[in-house]
Amino acid sequence: MSLTPDDVARLAALARIELTPAELAKLAPQLDVILDSVASVTAVAQGDIPPTSHALPLVNVFRDDVVTGSLSPDQVLANAPDAEDGRFRVPRILDEEA
Amino acid sequence: MNPVLRRTAADLAAAIRSGELTSVEVTEAFLARIEAVDDQVHAFLAVDRDRALETARRVDAKRSAGQALGPLAGVPIAVKDLLSYEGLPTTAGSRILENYRPVYNATIVQRLIDNDLVILGKTNLDEFAMGSSTETSAFGPTHNPWDLERIPGGSGGGSSAALAAFEAPLAIGTDTGGSIRQPASVTGTVGVKPTYGGTSRYGVIAMASSLDQPGPCARTVEDAALLHEVICGHDPLDSTSIDQPVPPVVEAARRADVRGMRIGVVRELGGEGYAPGVEQRFREAVEVLREAGAEIVEVSCPHFVYALPTYYLIMPAEVSSNLARYDGMRYGLRSGDDGSASVEQVMNRTRGEGFGEEAKRRIILGTYALSSGYYDAYYGSAQKVRTLISRDFEAAFAQCEVLVSPATPTTAFKLGERIDDPLAMYMADLCTIPSNLAGNASASFPCGLAPEDGLPVGFQVMAPPMADDRLYRVGAALERALTARWGGPLLDRAPDLTRSVQALVDEEK
Repeated sequence: MSLTPDDVARLAALARIELTPAELAKLAPQLDVILDSVASVTAVAQGDIPPTSHALPLVNVFRDDVVTGSLSPDQVLANAPDAEDGRFRVPRILDEEA
Repeated sequence: MNPVLRRTAADLAAAIRSGELTSVEVTEAFLARIEAVDDQVHAFLAVDRDRALETARRVDAKRSAGQALGPLAGVPIAVKDLLSYEGLPTTAGSRILENYRPVYNATIVQRLIDNDLVILGKTNLDEFAMGSSTETSAFGPTHNPWDLERIPGGSGGGSSAALAAFEAPLAIGTDTGGSIRQPASVTGTVGVKPTYGGTSRYGVIAMASSLDQPGPCARTVEDAALLHEVICGHDPLDSTSIDQPVPPVVEAARRADVRGMRIGVVRELGGEGYAPGVEQRFREAVEVLREAGAEIVEVSCPHFVYALPTYYLIMPAEVSSNLARYDGMRYGLRSGDDGSASVEQVMNRTRGEGFGEEAKRRIILGTYALSSGYYDAYYGSAQKVRTLISRDFEAAFAQCEVLVSPATPTTAFKLGERIDDPLAMYMADLCTIPSNLAGNASASFPCGLAPEDGLPVGFQVMAPPMADDRLYRVGAALERALTARWGGPLLDRAPDLTRSVQALVDEEK
């Protein structure tokens, strides 16, 4: 298997990352080498082995249903790239072709 | 060098409690050291001089008022720039968070504050803790104090270098695949990755959530243990935090007793690809432990050879998900918002400009591993092999109390040597990754200098989950025997960086 710059461009679009043609050309062979080297896991993972998603047994954790402190609106917006009327201002949501 | 700088954290804390030194004197000594050498080392991304001195004054006032001081009160500490600390930028070494200022403290940072430690500033790291050399930091690499042309390890190279350059007596690191232990190994310092869930991840910028674990970095085993007790323990704000008492690590470090302990040497972590000097110092350290009364056995963990490929599927998958939050909407960089661009275009532009090369590489790798049609073959298989690796640990820990290996296959490599060869870079974490996948406790302790290059070698100890105290038993026994043999700590042999500065000044004259 080998990844082309076009494949990488598709993955980058899924990941919402704009990449330059130079980046695509550099990344494709690097990702290829990495994918080749990790392919060995597929052969080992044969048979009925339960998957591990987490090292510890995870349980739901609840706290008491009481009101606790939270961040103020000013704190929440303190790092906003853009804010207006106590809200985050974001670019238009719909694309032109939509 | 000011003799205060070489003293251990335990010793500094005792001197502050007894009145021999004030916290202000100690803090000023380290701030002056940072001023003198950090332009060469670049361990710090931000130094918090005024607030550090203010904290030190408060500790001194507490003592004057006769109030009891905690075990590390008044002692300075450096914090990896992945932990949220109000009032300073927290960048994760990334352009995308360059101007981000947290509005709350990470639990670990809050515990440092509550225990009267003096936070000196934030240390450099690979971008989002992704790397083994600090070279992927958007703000330039850190240099290894043993040889400024070489890497200080990564991702926590700022914390390890700060310790080795005597810019701080203590530091905080985080370890996802070895980011505390490998930097400790290549700088001749101590680094401990507690059991997963042993330290809170609240307020720590996430890389791979099922693997990330903050921990203590220090110059001595006892210092690491004292810091371990301050930062570890249950935190209701982290739902993966273990609600059990912290293992007795300080007591273990002080007893330094391995008599009768069964220690397993992992057969698969050695041989081809390991530097001769690393293997030699490792074998000598094993002999030291045998002489100290431990029983040495060889164990096999056959699936450890698949740990690196397993990690490079699971970690990027979690990275691609965790880093989706950097979308330029609520905080961090926003790029291309010209009034006509759509939200999606702005996200694409922001992430293209804000993330560095390694972050992009891992996000795309993770996107691929999780994508429809490849999920079972890649991510699914990796999860199964993760189970096999955990089973290897369980079988090995049924035969012995701890496992040991070199912490990383080589000594510090040269800056630039591996930056364009990702696979070669990833090999630096060959020995450390299994413990992240299985979640057990693990540490690196200095075990000497490789004869071929005179650079530090790290000795890795791995213990079962919540048996972190065993790491300290072994580390302290090793430290006690080796410092006696060397006639002092290993770091006494590191170059004194001020001398080179003084030489330049003299030449000018």
